Amino acid sequence: MTPFLELIDLDVAYPPRKVIRDLTLRMSHAGIGCLLGPSGCGKTTLLRAIAGFEPLRRGSIRLEGVELSRPEWTLPPEQRRIGLMFQDLALFPHLSVVDNIAFGLHDWKAAERRARVTELLKLVGLEEYAGRYPHQLSGGQQQRVALARALAPRPRLLLLDEPFSNLDVTLREGLAREVRTVLLREGTSGLLVSHDQFEAFAFADEIGVLHQGRLLQWDSAYNLYHRPADRFVADFIGQGVLLPGRLGGEGRVSTELGEIGGRSADGGCVAGERVEVLVRPDDVVHDDDSPLRAEVVERAFRGAEFLYTLKLPSGARLLCLAPSHHDHALGQRIGIRLDIDHLVMFRRGSGADG
Amino acid sequence: MEIIPSRTFFRPGLSLRKGKRFGARTDRWTLLVVGTAILLALPVLTVFATALQPAGAVWRHLVDTVLADYVADSMLLMLGVGAGTLLIGVPAAWLTGVCEFPGRRLFEWALLLPMAIPAYIVAYTYTGLLDFAGPLQTGLREIFGWTRHDYWFPAIRSLPGAVAMLALVLYPYVYLLARAAFLEQSAAVLEVSRSLGAGPWRRFFGVALPLTRPSLIAGVSLVQMEALADYGTVQYFGVGTFTTGIFRVWFGMGDATAAAQLAALLLLFVFALLALERLSRRQARFHHTSARQSRPPRLPLRGRFGGLAVLACSMPLLFGFLIPAGVLAAWAARTAPRVLDERFLHLTANSLLLAAGAAGLALLLALVLAYGRRLRPRPLVRLAVRGAGLGYAVPGTVIAIGVMLPFAAVDRSVDDWARAWFGMSTGLLLSGTLAALLFAYCARFLPVALHSVEAGLTRIRPSMDDAARALGATPRAVLWRVHVPILRGSLLTALLLVFVDVLKELPATLILRPFNFNTLAVRTYELAADERLADSAGYALAIVLAGIGPVMLLSRAIGRARPGQ
Amino acid sequence: MPNLSRLRILFPMLCLLPGLLTSPLLAAEEVNVYSARKEDLIKPLLDDFSKQTGVAVNLVTGKEEALLQRLQSEGANTPADVLLTSDAGRLAAARQAGVLQAVQSESLTKHIPVAYRDPEGYWYGLSVRARPIMYAKDRVKSAELSTYEDLAAPKWRGKVCVRSSDSIYNQSLVAGMIAHRGEAKTEAWAKGLVANFARPPKGGDRDQIKAVAAGECDVALANTYYLGGMVNSPDPAEQAAAAKVAVFWPDAKTTGVHVNVSGAGVTAHARNRDNAVKLLEFLAGDSAQRWYADVNNEYPVNPAITPSATLQSWGTFKADTLNVAKLGELNAAAVRLMDRAGWK
Repeated sequence: MTPFLELIDLDVAYPPRKVIRDLTLRMSHAGIGCLLGPSGCGKTTLLRAIAGFEPLRRGSIRLEGVELSRPEWTLPPEQRRIGLMFQDLALFPHLSVVDNIAFGLHDWKAAERRARVTELLKLVGLEEYAGRYPHQLSGGQQQRVALARALAPRPRLLLLDEPFSNLDVTLREGLAREVRTVLLREGTSGLLVSHDQFEAFAFADEIGVLHQGRLLQWDSAYNLYHRPADRFVADFIGQGVLLPGRLGGEGRVSTELGEIGGRSADGGCVAGERVEVLVRPDDVVHDDDSPLRAEVVERAFRGAEFLYTLKLPSGARLLCLAPSHHDHALGQRIGIRLDIDHLVMFRRGSGADG
Repeated sequence: MEIIPSRTFFRPGLSLRKGKRFGARTDRWTLLVVGTAILLALPVLTVFATALQPAGAVWRHLVDTVLADYVADSMLLMLGVGAGTLLIGVPAAWLTGVCEFPGRRLFEWALLLPMAIPAYIVAYTYTGLLDFAGPLQTGLREIFGWTRHDYWFPAIRSLPGAVAMLALVLYPYVYLLARAAFLEQSAAVLEVSRSLGAGPWRRFFGVALPLTRPSLIAGVSLVQMEALADYGTVQYFGVGTFTTGIFRVWFGMGDATAAAQLAALLLLFVFALLALERLSRRQARFHHTSARQSRPPRLPLRGRFGGLAVLACSMPLLFGFLIPAGVLAAWAARTAPRVLDERFLHLTANSLLLAAGAAGLALLLALVLAYGRRLRPRPLVRLAVRGAGLGYAVPGTVIAIGVMLPFAAVDRSVDDWARAWFGMSTGLLLSGTLAALLFAYCARFLPVALHSVEAGLTRIRPSMDDAARALGATPRAVLWRVHVPILRGSLLTALLLVFVDVLKELPATLILRPFNFNTLAVRTYELAADERLADSAGYALAIVLAGIGPVMLLSRAIGRARPGQ
Repeated sequence: MPNLSRLRILFPMLCLLPGLLTSPLLAAEEVNVYSARKEDLIKPLLDDFSKQTGVAVNLVTGKEEALLQRLQSEGANTPADVLLTSDAGRLAAARQAGVLQAVQSESLTKHIPVAYRDPEGYWYGLSVRARPIMYAKDRVKSAELSTYEDLAAPKWRGKVCVRSSDSIYNQSLVAGMIAHRGEAKTEAWAKGLVANFARPPKGGDRDQIKAVAAGECDVALANTYYLGGMVNSPDPAEQAAAAKVAVFWPDAKTTGVHVNVSGAGVTAHARNRDNAVKLLEFLAGDSAQRWYADVNNEYPVNPAITPSATLQSWGTFKADTLNVAKLGELNAAAVRLMDRAGWK
């Protein structure tokens, strides 16, 4: 079966700088994905390359088995049937909601066009605002218009360039889920670009982490968190610290906190090597009975729980998530124990963060 | 290459034509823009080509005698007119754009009226009024029994006089751009500065004014180019600038090469101006960041301040329009019955049609160039667009010759070719036609349209283009379906500015027009050049009247042309 | 929001419209004229010509150099049959540039004196203008005036008004002086004259006359027809100013008053050569010659025609007999000389 979207060995450059390097990505089947990365990682450039706005230096982009871009040849964006939703929405200020949505249906028959616009207005719940102009709408309503407009011509793939980042956090995840629902109902595949992992988790089935123009890992949210393939991914997704230790036999690591075992991803490390183990805050359980003690150096109240930053005797730090009835003062030494399900380790000093 | 539609509701058979060759040396838009630009720059290039011939004795003579004066007077004129237009235009723009005072709505559009009067006509009227032999000085002498050496009176026909005349009719460019810039400033910025304790004066000088700097520089550079290219006023006032020098060398000494070299030197001034202007615009490459922005409430001016505001806005209107138009009307009332005849309507129709045609054409070309530059922001395209805008500072006569020579060369070669192959003569296809004239107008006034269109385009966020492209619109469709409607205010401004300019244009019209074709400006000039100023007033007034309508439209256009509305 | 598609169609049409309106309607019997004389100063005559002969005249007016340039660049394809200028020097230049052809016509040679035409018939003068001294009747006695050269004498310090050296009239005058007196003497004279200026040169000839009338200066150099225009002006203020000013004919005992002619020639590639010659003959004929005097206060070239009452009121004068073609040859030298003398 031909993969849905293939990006093969891509180089994209704004001379003299290469923005995307050697990037390969296969979305094997239609669905909803996300490219996640800090700002400046090249994710927007990659999106623009897929949409047809940036030429390729090297490599190839294929959608449903048909090549869209290769060096020296780029199928114009208007012929790709790939939709785009922008961070600034880019609604046409001179057109009403209806005309904005109908913009991409320019050469449809009038009746079909009307039907499609009505369908979309209903889908995004804006029937009452059909005649309004963009500046007469709230931010969330504008977002919905932009979504309906992008979906109207039934694109094969909808690209979303941080479309929620202008909204406040509570609205953001809600809208991300809402858009996901709409996409699923329309049967349209989507690819979101974001720097916000929670937005990504709420929106996408599969997520790729981009850093400095390279794709580090393309995987489910669960695996990115629990099985990060790379030190950067481990650091970028979720919270946690890397605790130094030495890899012993049978995949167990001896650390300051004792021997750690678990379902192990050894990261190519061999026994006897100095390694670092990823310890998530939820891996550190507060247990007054535990002989292991650590000093509270920072605490953040989060309602249901506290996030404590702890200092070990060696000076290494740990994060610990504790139910909020465990209220400890700064400087207090509290008992902890490790409960690691997935053991993730990296070779120490390997500098695998780039 | 074909793509099989995966869903039936897509129009079947959507064929994927050849894609774009990004990074290739040529593509259609680049070719179009560069080609258009070269065509438009042809007159200026012709002048340069002429200037490349070796300098003759005349040049030596110029350096020995008058060149230093030309440079000095041109500089002073440029600086003086720039300062004068800022001094008049900026306060007027601030007052009508940001404040509220009695009569603001009237002043808003009335302040544009001086644009409708050609500078040389204003010069004529003021000379008529203020010269030694004019009514004012004659009256003073009669009342006080003075003779010539008993009193001092500023000489109107002098360099400062020329600066004053040009500033009075050119300040609307600065006013127009400054006002638009003030209107666009978001309330937030001014509120922040207010919360930081800035009073109205500091808000003006510390925040509002610096924010409009790119617009001001753009306006002033337009004004200065206009001033450099002026011939009528400076010649009448006996001020020796590059432009009068070009005429003198060419007509008086019959040395076209030296004249072209002077013109090339003049262009160096313009290059400097343009570089400055581009530099300022580069810093101003911002789009509106938020979709909605609130407009600051107007600052009410009452009592003494209201009176001062009315005074500040009345002065330019009085001196730039009411007095000269009044003088014209008084002259015309006396002479019109004798001078105006059945040709009058014909001349008016010619003027209007020509101006409308040139304005439409210039707007179209400006759109092509500005949009091409947006699509292909490559150095080559940028350079081409800049080159197409050089004609503005070149005197109309020089442009006209620059049009005449290449057009005649084309005519000649076509004719030779037709004779050789078909044994028939094609005669003149381009020379002496209105097409040549329209082309000259475009070469001369394109920058006016380009300024307006480019300024408008930079306010449209690039994501707007991308969104339309992703929705299936070709680049050309994006222009027609997105940019043109959003920009209609800027486009109307461009259209009207060129219209008014062409209405007033004289030298190129005089040189290039076909047989039996006259305009109001030509007729005005012929009477005025025959030193029958009063007789010319009726026609001059007709130019002014024909220009008032567009100017009023213009003010309405800028009132409405706020983004996102 | 206007309908865009309509706008899209309107646009090109708007651009094309003027083009459609203009293609000159060239009639069968016609003659095409490039004229440096203003429309008002030639059109009535051309209309008369059409009425008398049935030959349609197509006219485009402009400045001499521009018209000459146009003729040159159009070359053999030029539609123009006749070039009319207001200055003999430019006709001589046109001949040199090869855009005129020789015309032999008995009527022309009979009516036009030798000094006012090209020896080989390349061009013919049609009207004469003189540039005498004009003075304030109440402050200057005619006995105080004698020659152009005298105006450079210290007694006129601060009393002379002349327009700028951009004017072809002044260029011609100086060119005539160079022809008679040589460059060195003329330059010394020009420097003296500049020293005597009452004000920096500005305005036109009428402005100089008005300045004399208003008392800003005592003497001025101006062409007679401007004074004539003021004398016959519908504006009472101009009439009053003209009444304060009198004409003095300088150099009566030596070379004579500086004169120049307006004139015309047939173009080298004229397609309507016969009509062109006919037009020239008409312009040198009695009715046209009288018109120059009556309407524009110029002196007819044809000595047989009596000038108008206004012209007669200024008396007769001795005109410079230098062939006017010489003025054209020396024009550039004159401009350079005036630059050196500081004549703005």
